[in-house]
Amino acid sequence: MADRPIAVEQHNPALKHHFVDMEQQREASSLGMWLFLATEIMFFGGMFCAYLIYRYWYFPDFAAASSSLDITLGTVNTAVLICSSLTVVMAVRSAQLGKRQQQVVYLALTLVLGLAFLGIKGIEWTSKFKEHHIPGPTFNFEASLPGHPDQPVDQHHAQLFFSLYFAMTGMHALHMIIGVGIFTYLLYHAWKGAYTPEYHTPLENSGLYWHFVDIVWIYLFPLLYLIDRKK
Amino acid sequence: MSEHIVPTKTNVAVWLTLLVLTGVTAGVAFIDLGPFNTVVALVIATVKALLVVLIFMHVKYTSEKLVKVVVISAIFFLALLLGLSLADYTTRLLM
Repeated sequence: MADRPIAVEQHNPALKHHFVDMEQQREASSLGMWLFLATEIMFFGGMFCAYLIYRYWYFPDFAAASSSLDITLGTVNTAVLICSSLTVVMAVRSAQLGKRQQQVVYLALTLVLGLAFLGIKGIEWTSKFKEHHIPGPTFNFEASLPGHPDQPVDQHHAQLFFSLYFAMTGMHALHMIIGVGIFTYLLYHAWKGAYTPEYHTPLENSGLYWHFVDIVWIYLFPLLYLIDRKK
Repeated sequence: MSEHIVPTKTNVAVWLTLLVLTGVTAGVAFIDLGPFNTVVALVIATVKALLVVLIFMHVKYTSEKLVKVVVISAIFFLALLLGLSLADYTTRLLM
């Protein structure tokens, strides 16, 4: 028995034995990631639902509160995330083409952009803190309803807007922080040459996560910042 | 995800479109369209989301059809949540 050679199929070391080939493994991984993203869609969906109901009920107060957000910083942050989605896509493409250094550059750029987003968010929240717009005992929102200088904004309704604002942008920022952690891990392993044209699944799936977080912001921006900017 | 590699030209075109649409969203907010301001903003946001899902997230090119089923199902359940909740709350008489 021992002196007869046994044919052994050569396969990629990353291939787990319960998969037929790398392509099936990759597709199963991707499907798993999408199932997780489906749960995330419902998770954020709940908060969007609460927001939409209260916005419908207290539209003028919400509009006034929304106008106190910095639209320039919000737009810039949207652009920052869109650029980061491009760098993620280019990082995955670099892996598909076997270009290690290019991968590292694009992953590093993604990290920089992600951190820039968080930095700008920090600036926005700091100004909210100074203006006493953070819900709690020190909350005070001095403004009149848009178009009606004689009618003051209802403090309870304004506080509701800001509660939703901090809950939703806070949860989004938490997802960004997790994304930054994941991409730091990816950056290190990409630099070590772990991702090849045959195996770059962690890159692809982390990219899906990052794009999802981008999409959440794409909806958060108009809903929170642009309720009624006409007046 | 299939082995299909998206050309850089496509990625850059999508990126530029997303940036332009962002600018349009911000700009249109200052034009008085009445209740349609919200509609326009959300329609543009949906176009952006579709571009990201179909091209950046590869759903257009995937050989795994189940991915499309999962994406459509997720959107369906979100629509159910939002649709039925809003149908209730927006048709109530308020004090």
